[in-house]
Amino acid sequence: MSAPSRLARIGLRTVALGYLAALLVVPLAMVFYRTFEDGFAAPWEAVTSPEGIHAFWMTIVCVGIAVPLNTIFGVACALVLVRQRFRGRLVVDSLISLPFAVSPVVIGLALFLVYAQGGWFAGIMESLGIQVIFALPGMVLATVFVSLPFVVREVQPVLIEIGTEQEEAASTLGANGWQTFWKVTLPAIRWGVTYGVVLATARALGEFGAVAVVSGKISGQTETLPLFVENEFNNFNVAGAYAAAIVLALLAVIVLVTVGWLRNRGVSGAPPAPQLNPAGPVEKEA
Amino acid sequence: MNPANTAAAPAPSTPPKVGLRLPFGGEPLMRGMVLTWLSVIVLIPLAAVVVRSTDEGMGTFWNAITEPEAIAAIKLTLIASLVIVAINIVFGVLIAWVMVRDEFRGKQIVNSVIDLPFALPTIVAGLTLLTLYGSKSPIGVDVTYTKIAVGLALLFVTLPFVIRAVQPVLHEVDKEMEEAAASLGASNIRIFRSIMLPNLTPAIVTGAALAFARAIGEFGSLVLITGNIPFDTQVASVYIFARIQQDNPTAAAAVSVLLLVVSVVVLFALSLFGYWRSRHERA
Repeated sequence: MSAPSRLARIGLRTVALGYLAALLVVPLAMVFYRTFEDGFAAPWEAVTSPEGIHAFWMTIVCVGIAVPLNTIFGVACALVLVRQRFRGRLVVDSLISLPFAVSPVVIGLALFLVYAQGGWFAGIMESLGIQVIFALPGMVLATVFVSLPFVVREVQPVLIEIGTEQEEAASTLGANGWQTFWKVTLPAIRWGVTYGVVLATARALGEFGAVAVVSGKISGQTETLPLFVENEFNNFNVAGAYAAAIVLALLAVIVLVTVGWLRNRGVSGAPPAPQLNPAGPVEKEA
Repeated sequence: MNPANTAAAPAPSTPPKVGLRLPFGGEPLMRGMVLTWLSVIVLIPLAAVVVRSTDEGMGTFWNAITEPEAIAAIKLTLIASLVIVAINIVFGVLIAWVMVRDEFRGKQIVNSVIDLPFALPTIVAGLTLLTLYGSKSPIGVDVTYTKIAVGLALLFVTLPFVIRAVQPVLHEVDKEMEEAAASLGASNIRIFRSIMLPNLTPAIVTGAALAFARAIGEFGSLVLITGNIPFDTQVASVYIFARIQQDNPTAAAAVSVLLLVVSVVVLFALSLFGYWRSRHERA
């Protein structure tokens, strides 16, 4: 005899599924329907327009630079936070979560203030001949900022779990730092890294607010796919907006499927539910 | 300054390492590189926002955040976030319960769908809601340019937080306790209140705080559906964006600092709460 009656159970199930349907599933299905209701020609034309193609490549470039940088940083940062003891370690650990907590617009403003004329880093960039604001470097920086914590947060628990015995054994046998890292540490954390990379990619692909501030949203020049969606919509080219949204939604689905697959593999240290947006320091007992 | 820091001094989890060699040129160099990257990308730019907000004196800062349009935007942001957090708590616990305790066909798929708002770009989220609740709504419900649209968009992007926080805890909660209570004649509501709720509260608090922190800064999902009307549907992040566009970064920075403080306080309280709990449970 289970606690709630069968009727109550079905009632709760109906409410839960109804809520998910009204908020999530039906609207998403509607996007697909609206995109293709007049056939495939219009949406295809929109995403293969010069601006659409350009926006697609801008997105790929931003993600292609930001995610590898954050992967290297993420692994190094996780190693520092888990394997080293220093004063202020927990403060640094908390600060890593900042990009999750800060509004994308504030992130954009922060980069704008530092790199626009009169900003702290403006002089250096000017002498290097790099235009950051309203140009690609600013968009890449914004993407790096928003996707910074993912790899760190996924690798940290795995590092805690695997412990240091094998690394110490390798050191004792004469392996240097890099040999130990490539042969022992990296293979042990590889699924944690993969997890982090997938989540960081999803976030980087879809970033809107931060990139909108620093890019200036110049069509055909500094427009990523999410910005293209907004631009098309505001120009009453709804078919184009839907089509680009579908491209982004499909990428999101690919991410979800990958995450599910990784979860089923039993990525070591990964919780039963993916920590898609973990906040706060990972300082729980191993 | 940071109580969590001093309190955690006798960090127990990792044993002190003996002659462990690290890549990236060893300990100090590696730590330096990591801290430099974090500073250049995150900390220095955020510091610039704080500095800029008081650049022209505290008076300007105060004027910027007490301007009627700013107050209206901040008020809407906070109230809307609190309301959607309350709704999230109710439906989050309910959905988590159904996902853990109920069995039905397609449950696995529903479980994956719950993560969609995390993976879906925010601008797509806004566009998605427009198709069903916009001016061309097939069900005749048009909420565009209203406060309901603000709430709807925030509910969409924060949907998974409470569910994902509560789900694993619900898995652990002893089902036998509930069954024992039921066999002793306790009503469903009584079982929920006296057995499940006390176990779930920490997870609910965590999920609710994360949802709140996310909601007060949300931008992308709101721009298409709310119309961004000052004094009506304009939230704080949209207000900041408008000020940047109008070349008034000082006013933008002032409201940004306010948002920053709120979200940092929420996250800090949350990690203190988590830390306090892990000590509490160990004792």
